[in-house]
Amino acid sequence: MIKPNLQRVASIVTVAALTFSLNAAVASDLVINEEISLTNETAAPAHLENLTTIYSGWNFRKSETQSLQMDDFDNPGMIFVDQAIDQWNVVEGEAGKSCAACHTGGVEEFAGLRAVLPRYDEEAGGIQSMEDYINECRTDRMQADAWKWSESKMTAMTALIGLQSRGMPVNVAIDGDAAEAWELGKEIYYQPVGQLDMACASCHEDNYNTYIRADFLSQGQTNGFPAYRLKNAKLNSIHARFKGCMKNIRATPYKEGSDEFRALELYVASRGNGLSVEGTSVRN
Amino acid sequence: MAIGVKPRVKVPKTASAGDVITIKTLISHKMESGQRKDKEGNRIPQSIINTFSCDFKGQNVITVSLSGAISTNPYFQFKAIVPESGDFEFTWNDDDGSVYTETKTISVG
Amino acid sequence: MQFNRRDALIIGAGAATVALLPMQAFAAAGDDEIMAFTGGADVTEGGIVLTAPEIAENGNTVPVAVSAPGAVSIILIATGNPNPKVAKFTFGPLAGSQDASTRIRLAGTQELIAVAQMADGTFARDSKIVKVTIGGCGG
Repeated sequence: MIKPNLQRVASIVTVAALTFSLNAAVASDLVINEEISLTNETAAPAHLENLTTIYSGWNFRKSETQSLQMDDFDNPGMIFVDQAIDQWNVVEGEAGKSCAACHTGGVEEFAGLRAVLPRYDEEAGGIQSMEDYINECRTDRMQADAWKWSESKMTAMTALIGLQSRGMPVNVAIDGDAAEAWELGKEIYYQPVGQLDMACASCHEDNYNTYIRADFLSQGQTNGFPAYRLKNAKLNSIHARFKGCMKNIRATPYKEGSDEFRALELYVASRGNGLSVEGTSVRN
Repeated sequence: MAIGVKPRVKVPKTASAGDVITIKTLISHKMESGQRKDKEGNRIPQSIINTFSCDFKGQNVITVSLSGAISTNPYFQFKAIVPESGDFEFTWNDDDGSVYTETKTISVG
Repeated sequence: MQFNRRDALIIGAGAATVALLPMQAFAAAGDDEIMAFTGGADVTEGGIVLTAPEIAENGNTVPVAVSAPGAVSIILIATGNPNPKVAKFTFGPLAGSQDASTRIRLAGTQELIAVAQMADGTFARDSKIVKVTIGGCGG
C-alpha cells in the first residue's frame, strides 16, 4: 500500500479548512417517516485503522437538508423512485420483457442486495456493482440496450432497488475472492493524485468535520447512494461522485464503470460496514 | 410535453367535515430558469411550470404563480379546509403549453 | 452554531461585498415588483412572517415559508436574483390558512421580502437576509 505524504496533505488542508466544532446535528438520530430508524453513527469496522466511529453523510448536513430526507414525501429523490416503479413494468428489447416479467416477486425480491454490493461475481470474474447487474439483465435477458452508468433511468432504478434494503446494515465482503479488488481500492483511497496531490483520505479521513472553504467535509460514506444532491437536483451514482471528487483535486478521473472505480466503490463501501443503507439520501 | 414529468401529491384519505388538512405537492420538472447559458454561450430559454393550483369541487384552495426562481422539482406545502367528501384537483401549467393534473379523493366520515 | 474569527471575517467580507453594490439599483429591483403589487399603498411591518434559513446550505434549494393570517395573496421577492420575482401565492375560499412553503433558488447572499395583501386591502411585509455559501468543492 502506498502511504500518503501526510505532512504535505496536512499543510494543504490546513490552509483550506476552517476548524469548527462538530456540527451540532451529528448527535441527532436519522428517522424516516417517524418510523424507520437508521443507523447513522456506529463503531468503525475492524479493518479501519484510523477511525473509531463512522458517520453517515447525513450527519454533516444542515438541519434543513437533513429534514428533506426524514420524510419520503419531502425527499425529492423519491420522484425518481416513482419513475423507476413505472420503468419496472416497461417492456423493452427483442425478448419482449420488462423487469417485472422475470422478477415476479416484485422489486421487493431485492431486499438485502444493496447492502452487499459491490461484490465479487464468479461468472463475471470480478467485482460487480448494481449497475452491472441491471445492465446484464437489460442486455442478456431483455435484449435491450444497456443504460449508461449514471443516466437518469439507471440512477432511478438503483434507487428503487436500493430502497428495498433501507435500514439494513452495509455488509460488503472484503475477503476471499474480493480481497484483491479491496486492496486495490484501498490503495486508490490513500494514493495522493492530481495537481493538488490529495487522496480520498486527505479530506474524508484526516479532515472530516472541518470546512474546506464553504463545504463541510463528511467521511465520504456511500451508504446513502444514489444520493439526491441539491447542487444538481438529481440522483447521483457513486462513480459519478468519485469522478467529481477527482476533478476537484485536479486529477484525471477514472471512467465510470471502470475496474478502478468498482474497486474503490468496494473499499469505500467497506468503510461504511455497519451503517444503514439509506435508500435514497439527500445531500448537498 | 416535457419529458419525465411526474406529479406527487400527499393528501390524507379521510377527514372530518370542516377539518384543516396539510397538502404537499411535488412535480418532477427541470424549471429551466432562463438565466443559464449553454456551452456556446447562448442563453437557454426559460421553460418552467408557470402556474400551480389546487381546487376542491370548483372552489379554489391556492393558486401559485411561479418564476424561474422556484427550484427544480417544484414543491409546495399548504393547508386546505375539507367541507365534505370529494376530489382535490391539482393542476400544473407548463410554459410549453402542457398541463399536468392529479386528483386525490378524500372521504369525510 | 458557533462562530469563530474566520466566520466573522467571511461574513464581514460578504457584508462588505453587499455594501459595495449600488444600493439604489439593488433596492429598486425588488421595489418595482412591490410597487406593481401594492400600487404604491403603504406597507407596514407585522402581520406576516417569512421563514428562511439564516445560512442556506445550497442556493439551488432553499426552503422558505410565508404566513399571513387573513391575507388574500402574498408575493415573494428575492432582491439579489437576476429576476427578483419568486412567486405569488393567492389563497382561495378553501385555504385552511394563509400560509405556504416552497423551495427556491438564490443567486447569492441577499434579502428576501414577502408582502401580503390583506382582505381589507392593506399591505404588510417581512424580510430576511439569507446567506448563501458559495465555493468549496462539493464535486
